[in-house]
Amino acid sequence: MSEEFKIEIVNPDKSFLSKDDVIEVVVPAFEGDMGILKDHISIISFLKPGIISIQTKSGEEKYYVEDGIVEFKNNNLSVLTSYILNLKDIEKNNLQDLIKVAEEEASKKDLNDQSKYLADQKVETLKSLN
Amino acid sequence: MASLDDLKKRISSVKSTQKITKAMKMVAAAKLKRAQDSAEKGRPYSQKMNNVILNLSSGISDKSNAPKLLSGTGNEQIHLCVVMTSDRGLCGGFNANIIKKAKSHFLKLKEEGKELKIITVGSKGNDQLKRLYGDKIIENISFKNSKNANYFDAEKVGKIIIEKFEKEEFDICTIFYNQFKNVITQIPQAQQIIPLNTENNDENSSDESYEFEPDEDEILNNLLPKNISTQIFKAMLENSASEQGARMSAMDNATRNAGEMVDKLTIEYNRSRQAAITKELIEIISGAESL
Repeated sequence: MSEEFKIEIVNPDKSFLSKDDVIEVVVPAFEGDMGILKDHISIISFLKPGIISIQTKSGEEKYYVEDGIVEFKNNNLSVLTSYILNLKDIEKNNLQDLIKVAEEEASKKDLNDQSKYLADQKVETLKSLN
Repeated sequence: MASLDDLKKRISSVKSTQKITKAMKMVAAAKLKRAQDSAEKGRPYSQKMNNVILNLSSGISDKSNAPKLLSGTGNEQIHLCVVMTSDRGLCGGFNANIIKKAKSHFLKLKEEGKELKIITVGSKGNDQLKRLYGDKIIENISFKNSKNANYFDAEKVGKIIIEKFEKEEFDICTIFYNQFKNVITQIPQAQQIIPLNTENNDENSSDESYEFEPDEDEILNNLLPKNISTQIFKAMLENSASEQGARMSAMDNATRNAGEMVDKLTIEYNRSRQAAITKELIEIISGAESL
């Protein structure tokens, strides 16, 4: 029996990515990273800024997301996100810009706890890529 | 009868108008392709989002404790209508259709004695509504500077709406936009986004139980505002595709009409030229005869 399932990542503009030979996906869920294998129980959760890594037969791919929702059902994993980047596509200077924007956001005074947490996560993730 | 010179001038002016409408049609056709593409590509996101929310809301055990964006404020007194139109004219019945739909909705609300508030998105809608409903318009948003519909603009509108909802400025929110069916048909839509309509879609909300992390309430609280932006973004995409479609067919018609007009004017021009020649000949002949 194959141990593969489907993944689909959509953002508002288009269907970003779709694969059906996925072995494992690790998503940065709000309460901590979560690994998903085939026949995982149906789950809905949302994402904090972080790295999605997708393990397929042909190799591993990593994506940076800022937010999103994951839904897993009947071996179909859907990820809805408004901002996603392939790690390969992030250029060095581009990354610096992203960090700058994220740091500005995190240093704002009027944030509530949750947005403060999310902004800090964003800075941390981006810096770890550096 | 108009003189030959006048006719000539009219023909050339109609011809140059025709050139303009033709060019506009071409531009609209090129833009339509792109807008249509992004409208179609944008559909999965909003659909999936809707499904997730349906699944979530069916999983909620305590309906009375559900977030207000989902269950409503309990009142139905103040209605907020978001009328989404284009920023540019010359697109046939595109804006007029939305306005018509919106106005009939306004009338219905008035008959029921509800209070009405309007947000217009796009300057054309504002222009047409401010005469009759000027005092009801609380906000006018226009994205003249953005080339294409993009998600950030939609988020801006979404935030404004949510802010007003949290201040309890309205109970029910409906958006008006044109759904793109094909180039000649655009269907004006009225879609209620607050509170969310969760009843009409049974096929997707299965009984299967989900695990939620964190719990349903928190996910819903996070998701519902996003859903509003998503729905608005969808409406914006549909609208921009519809706008280009409507403009294309309107300009196509205009070009054809101009062509017909040029034909008619040319015939008239030739006739009067002939008439002038004949008249001159008669004058010469009768002058020669009288000698």
